[in-house]
Amino acid sequence: MKFINLLASAVLALGTASAAVAEDKTKVGFVYVGPVGDGGWTYEHDQGRLAVEEHFGDKVETVYQESVPEGPDAERVITQMALQGADLIFTTSFGYMDPTLNVAGKFPDVKFEHATGYKTSDNMANYSARFYEGRAVQGHISGKMTKSNIIGYIGSIPIPEVIRGINAAYIHAKKVNPDVQFKIVWVFEWFDPAKEADAAKALIDQGADVILQHTDSTAPLAAAEEAGDVIGFGQASDMAEYIDGPRVSSIIDNWAPYYIARTQAVMDGTWESVATWDGIAPGMVEIGEITDKVPADVKAEALALKESIAAGDYHPFTGPLKKQDGSDWLAEGEVADDGTLLGMNFYVEGLDGDIPQ
Amino acid sequence: MLRLEKRAQPSKQWAALAPVLAVLITMVVGGGLFALLGKNPFEVIRTIFWDPLFGEFAFYYRPQLLIKAGPLILIAIGLSLGFRAGIWNIGAEGQYIIGALCGAGVALTFYPLDAWFLFPMMILAGALGGWAWAMIPALLKVRFGTNEILVSLMLVYVAEKLLAAMALGPMRNPEGHGFPGSRNLQQYESAHNAELFTGSGLHWGGITALLAVICAYILLNRHILGFNIRLLGQAPRAARFAGVNPNRLTVFCLGISGALAGLAGMYEISGPSGQVSIDFNVGYGFTAIIVAFLGRLHPVGILLAGLLMALTYIGGEIAQSNMNLPAAAIQMFQGMMLFFLLAVDLMANYRLRLTRAEVS
Repeated sequence: MKFINLLASAVLALGTASAAVAEDKTKVGFVYVGPVGDGGWTYEHDQGRLAVEEHFGDKVETVYQESVPEGPDAERVITQMALQGADLIFTTSFGYMDPTLNVAGKFPDVKFEHATGYKTSDNMANYSARFYEGRAVQGHISGKMTKSNIIGYIGSIPIPEVIRGINAAYIHAKKVNPDVQFKIVWVFEWFDPAKEADAAKALIDQGADVILQHTDSTAPLAAAEEAGDVIGFGQASDMAEYIDGPRVSSIIDNWAPYYIARTQAVMDGTWESVATWDGIAPGMVEIGEITDKVPADVKAEALALKESIAAGDYHPFTGPLKKQDGSDWLAEGEVADDGTLLGMNFYVEGLDGDIPQ
Repeated sequence: MLRLEKRAQPSKQWAALAPVLAVLITMVVGGGLFALLGKNPFEVIRTIFWDPLFGEFAFYYRPQLLIKAGPLILIAIGLSLGFRAGIWNIGAEGQYIIGALCGAGVALTFYPLDAWFLFPMMILAGALGGWAWAMIPALLKVRFGTNEILVSLMLVYVAEKLLAAMALGPMRNPEGHGFPGSRNLQQYESAHNAELFTGSGLHWGGITALLAVICAYILLNRHILGFNIRLLGQAPRAARFAGVNPNRLTVFCLGISGALAGLAGMYEISGPSGQVSIDFNVGYGFTAIIVAFLGRLHPVGILLAGLLMALTYIGGEIAQSNMNLPAAAIQMFQGMMLFFLLAVDLMANYRLRLTRAEVS
């Protein structure tokens, strides 16, 4: 036990020593699950990193590592960043939760921020965005736009965040189009262009003319373009390269303000471990330009929906709503509480199929 | 004119020299690639090969080397036996997953029992799981003459689906707020494959890998079974005349490689990884194929090759985050190593001949 303590303090001493060397600059590390060129999730996190660099200039130094597998490799990468003197480390995928927690325990002087998880500690905060607010707008447009009444949905990993997105999109599609039907394919990856493309093709073959995705690459949009007469949305990023093709709008994750604020807090010594969950109103979730493929009245409705969510007048999960098995969930006018939303593991009434388990 | 001429006997010197030469060529060509990316090639090469061993934070990286090399060596040793006999188990990744699931399954079934016999039971379950998964291609080959390369590879994808199903269903952590993934075995003392000496990086998997190296060495050099394996690979007809039963060897080689892969998976899931999660497997089973060949299918060679491969992984990660190199550049660098090894291998079986164009 003594030896363990000795070693731990040696690690600490080294960690703080190298932090002291780089005292003039705040070092911020980012761990990415995909390549920075994925055009989606990781790309937007990297845009946030670049924004931090631009905002603070010489006062910060950023480092990043891309395509880090979730698991023990992530723990090594995070440790390495802490050892190299990072003051603040953002780990940007759900699967980094336990590794981040482990490393945070070993480096109490370094601040950690984990995205889309549920665990925190004294020096580990978590943050996520209310993507479901964007999904509501997306669902509205999809429900209006589909002619076959079949909407394909590419699910990544069945965690509450993804299930929330499916429910939010479905509720709002159904609201404007009672005949709408969702077909869901799970690929069990965040980033795998080949599997995503296969899933999109399978959905299109089954008659879907709108493809929604919760995966990170542009492959589903490419598949939609190839099929013709199928529309899709940018996911996590604007994916504007498809703006003349199938992309009619997008949900954009804008991490820059959060990353800048948290870096500032570390500089000022005011950083605290918090759980952040922001949506459209503070600008963490943005709706990308709605193209002319969408009729003007639908576009106006979609924007009005977005405004009412931003203003707090409307919550995408407002009763009456039932669960898939027909049991009551929310009564008329009742709004879902964050606890239920954060742990959401059920479909709402009307959705077919089972959540993989 | 340069001409390739087949050697009557494969050159022993070339065979031994090839891995070293391949690594050197990789450094030169890889260095060129890094230079093209605008980085100082010497610095990158130094970061990859030197820093993890002797750099400022070597006290952390050296143990990590063992953690990363352990499963690679363990799996590669098993594969090499089959490869020597011409039995191609490409599905070690699947056996690795099933071994991990069986080991974790035992632990999660008995949670929160605190007993000394739990971990030995998990080891047994891991080995059996991997063995059983490898028996599918083995028996299909023996009984119906199916191709074990295809069957074992396809079973990897089946195993991945099973892993996802387990992480989402029966093995899901009941206290996990609906998120996928099992309880963390690192927090379950009886089932935790912890470091044997703190900070050493050595867990039971590393010990087993070393044992496997020694056993494989004895088997291949001192035992009739090892002789039969080599004979079957080099001269199948002669082997049959010598009374070697190829079916039994097929079952033996696939079984042993499956069991070792299963063990590797079990040690990983109860130790460094800790959790049954959808993306638990990160390709050890496939990388081990490279390690087996890089090590010349020789137990000691595999030991060295496993450590070298681990070095490029860990050094590669350092190079990525310190020098902002793209991940793909590091992966290319690793791929080059096998590519050049295969290229240099040509020289073991062929020689270059300078011939004058003949005048007819």
